[in-house]
Amino acid sequence: MTTSVTNETQSTLLTHVEAINWNRLPDDKDGEVWNRLVNNFWLPEKIPVSNDVQSWATLTEDEKTLTMRVFTGLTLLDTIQGTVGAVALIPHSLTQHEEAVLTNIAFMESVHAKSYSQIFSTLCSTKDIDDAFRWSKENPNLQRKAQIVMDYYHGNDGMKKRVASTILESFLFYSGFYLPMHWSSRAKLTNTADIIRLIIRDEAVHGYYIGYKYQRALELETEERRQELKDYTFDLLFELYENEVQYTHDLYDGVGLSEDVKKFLHYNANKALMNLGYEAMFPSDVTNVNPAILSALSPNADENHDFFSGSGSSYVIGKAVETEDEDWDF
Amino acid sequence: MHTSAQLIYFSSVSNNTHRFVEKLGLPQGQIARLPLHTRSETVHAMEPFVLVLPTYGADGGSGSVPKQVIKFLNVQPNRELIRGVIGAGNTNFHDSYCIAGDIVAQKCKVPHLYRFELMGTQEDVSKVHKGLEEFWKQQSSLSAA
Repeated sequence: MTTSVTNETQSTLLTHVEAINWNRLPDDKDGEVWNRLVNNFWLPEKIPVSNDVQSWATLTEDEKTLTMRVFTGLTLLDTIQGTVGAVALIPHSLTQHEEAVLTNIAFMESVHAKSYSQIFSTLCSTKDIDDAFRWSKENPNLQRKAQIVMDYYHGNDGMKKRVASTILESFLFYSGFYLPMHWSSRAKLTNTADIIRLIIRDEAVHGYYIGYKYQRALELETEERRQELKDYTFDLLFELYENEVQYTHDLYDGVGLSEDVKKFLHYNANKALMNLGYEAMFPSDVTNVNPAILSALSPNADENHDFFSGSGSSYVIGKAVETEDEDWDF
Repeated sequence: MHTSAQLIYFSSVSNNTHRFVEKLGLPQGQIARLPLHTRSETVHAMEPFVLVLPTYGADGGSGSVPKQVIKFLNVQPNRELIRGVIGAGNTNFHDSYCIAGDIVAQKCKVPHLYRFELMGTQEDVSKVHKGLEEFWKQQSSLSAA
C-alpha cells in the first residue's frame, strides 16, 4: 500500500495510511483503464460452450490432446499472473489508483484461469482433464517459462517485474492463443473461441497498462539504469522466445503447424516490446501471420481495409455532414 | 490554436500515436497534436489535413472516439478540411480494432487510409510515409481539375 512515507527505515514511524481518493487522480490513465476494465468485465458462464460439443467430437484424438494441453498451459500462465504476477506489482505502484487497477487485473486473471476449467468440464472426460494437467506439470519447456517469470516475480526489482509481466501478458500467451484462432478460422469450437477472444482483449489492456506504468517509472531512473533495463528486456524476451520456440515444436509438430505458430509469436513479441515503449524487433518477413489467423483475431485487420494498401483510386470521397456531440457514442 | 499542418493527431499520455507520428519525420509545421484535455481550446485547421487517432473503448464502438477528437471535429471548418483518417489500435480488440477511425471516416465521409498497431512498426511508417505523399499529390490534382 502506498503510504505517506516511502523509505523503509522511516516506515517504522508510520502513524497513518491514506484512503484512496478517486476524485484526485495524479495519473488520468488509472481512471481510464479502471473504467475500461470494469466495462469489459465478463464471466465464462455467459458463453454457451456446450454448443461446441458436436464440433469437439469432429476433432481427431491428437487434435483433442493438443487442444487440452494448450489450454492447461494457458491456465498455468493465468494462475501465475492472477495470484503472483499482478499482486507482486502492487508494492511498486506509482499511485494508489494503480494498486486498485492491479487488483482488478489479478481477479480477471483468475477468471481467465477458471474459464479453461469450464471449457474442459463441458467438452472432456475427467481422466483426459487430469492427463492434460499432468502433462503441464511435466513438460520442461512449459515449466521453464513459468520458472523464468516466477523468479522475477519473487525478486525485489519492480522494474524487472513490470517487464516480465508485460512480456507474459503480451507474448507468452500467444503460442496457446494461436490454436483456438486456428479452430475458429475453420468454423470449429467457435464458442470456445469467443471465450478466448474475451481473454485476448483483456490481456491487451493489461499489457498496455503495465507497459505504460513501466515507461512512467522509467522516467524516474538514471540514464545508466535505463540502458540496463533495456538490455535486460531484450535479453529476457530472447530467452523466453527461444523457450517458446521449443514449446511450440513440442505442441504443434504433430499437426504440422509449428512454422505458422512461430510467425504469430514474432508478431506478438513485437507488440510486447511496443507496449514497453521499445521498437519492434522482428522484421515484417517473419511476422506475416497467416491471414486466416489474423482474420479470426480481428476481421478488419487485413490489407483490403486500407486505402493505402489496396486499389485506392476507386474510393469515393463524399461531403462532410453536420455533427454535434450527441451524434457520437460516448 | 490555428494550424496549417497536413497531419493532425491525438495521442494520450501513453504517447503511442505520438511516437508513430514522430517516426514519420515530417517537418515541424506539418504536424499538430490535439490537446490532452478537453477543457483546453481545441485546434483549428487552416489547410486540408489527415487525422491520426487511436481507438479507446470496448465493444460496438461506444466511447471509442476520444472526446478530444470529438471536440475538434465538432468545429465545422475542421470537418470541411479533413481528407482522410489513419487509425491506431490493437488487433486484440477483434472487430473493434481501429473502430474510432472507422466511425470518423464514416461520419466525415473520408477514407480510412491505413491502420496500425500501438506505435507502429518500421514497415507501417514507410507505408504511411509513401501513402501520404501519393495521397496529397492525388488531392492536389483533384482540386486543380
